[in-house]
Amino acid sequence: MIPSHEEMTAALAQRHGESLQRVFSSAKVAICGLGGLGSNIAVSLARAGIGKLILIDFDRVDITNLHRQQYKANQIGMFKCEALAQNLSEIAPYVQTEPHCVRLTEENCFDLLCDADIICEAFDKAENKSMLVNYALEHFPDKYLVAASGMAGIGSPNEIVTRRVSKRFYLCGDGKSDVNECGSLFSARVMLCAAHQAHTVLRILAKEFED
Amino acid sequence: MVTINGVATDAAGKTVAEYIASSNYDPQVIAVELNEDIVSKKDYDTTVLKDGDTLEVVSFVGGG
Repeated sequence: MIPSHEEMTAALAQRHGESLQRVFSSAKVAICGLGGLGSNIAVSLARAGIGKLILIDFDRVDITNLHRQQYKANQIGMFKCEALAQNLSEIAPYVQTEPHCVRLTEENCFDLLCDADIICEAFDKAENKSMLVNYALEHFPDKYLVAASGMAGIGSPNEIVTRRVSKRFYLCGDGKSDVNECGSLFSARVMLCAAHQAHTVLRILAKEFED
Repeated sequence: MVTINGVATDAAGKTVAEYIASSNYDPQVIAVELNEDIVSKKDYDTTVLKDGDTLEVVSFVGGG
C-alpha cells in the first residue's frame, strides 16, 4: 500500500527538517542527460522530495547502460526519459516529473530549461557539456548550474570533488579522467560523481554554498 | 599578471582566443570565465586580458 502524500512529506521532514523540506518540495531541477550521471542524480533528488524534475534525453535504454544507470533489464529499448519517469514514480510517487525525449540543442535549450531553478549537466560527450554550460551561464543569469567532468576509469574515489568555479557554476568530478582515454566506466565511481551533483543541488537549495 | 586557473601568468595583452590557442585547449570542449562572468565563444577574439584579471578555463572530458 502506497503511503499518502502527507505521510511521505512528514517522513521527509523528519529527516531534512520541516522548513528545508518545504524548500525541496517547491524546487524545480532540470537534469540534462539521463545516463550514469543523470539517472542517479534523478533518483537521489526524487528520494529527497524535490518538487519537480525536468528529465531530458533523446536516447533509449541499452543493455550496456544497466551496470551504472537506474534502469531495469525489462526496460531495454524504452526511451530513457519515460523509463526513468516510471521508476521515479515507483520510488517517490508525489515527485512531479516532466520527461522530454529530445536532444538538447542551443535552439531548444531556452524553452526546455527556463522553468528550472537549478540545471544539472549530466551529458557524456565533452562537446555537449561545453555547449550546455556556455548556454546556461550566458542565458540564465539567475539559475545555478551543476556540471560534471572526469569520472571514468578505476581511479581513486577520493579524487572526485565538487568545486565552485564561480558564483552560480559548480563542477563535480576529478577533472581529468576521460572515458575516451580510460576506456572504462565503473558504476560506483560514476554514481559518486552523480551523488556530488545531487548533494550540491540540495546544498544550494539549503543556501549552503561552497567557498 | 593574469591569474589563470589559480596561477599567476604573464598573459596581459593577449586575447582569450590567443591564450587558448597557445595553451592547446580545444575551443569545442571548454567554458571560459573572466572575473566570474562567462565569456561568450563569439567574444574570444575580442576579449583582451588585463593585469589583475582572473581567468578560469574549464576543459571538459568525456564520460557520464
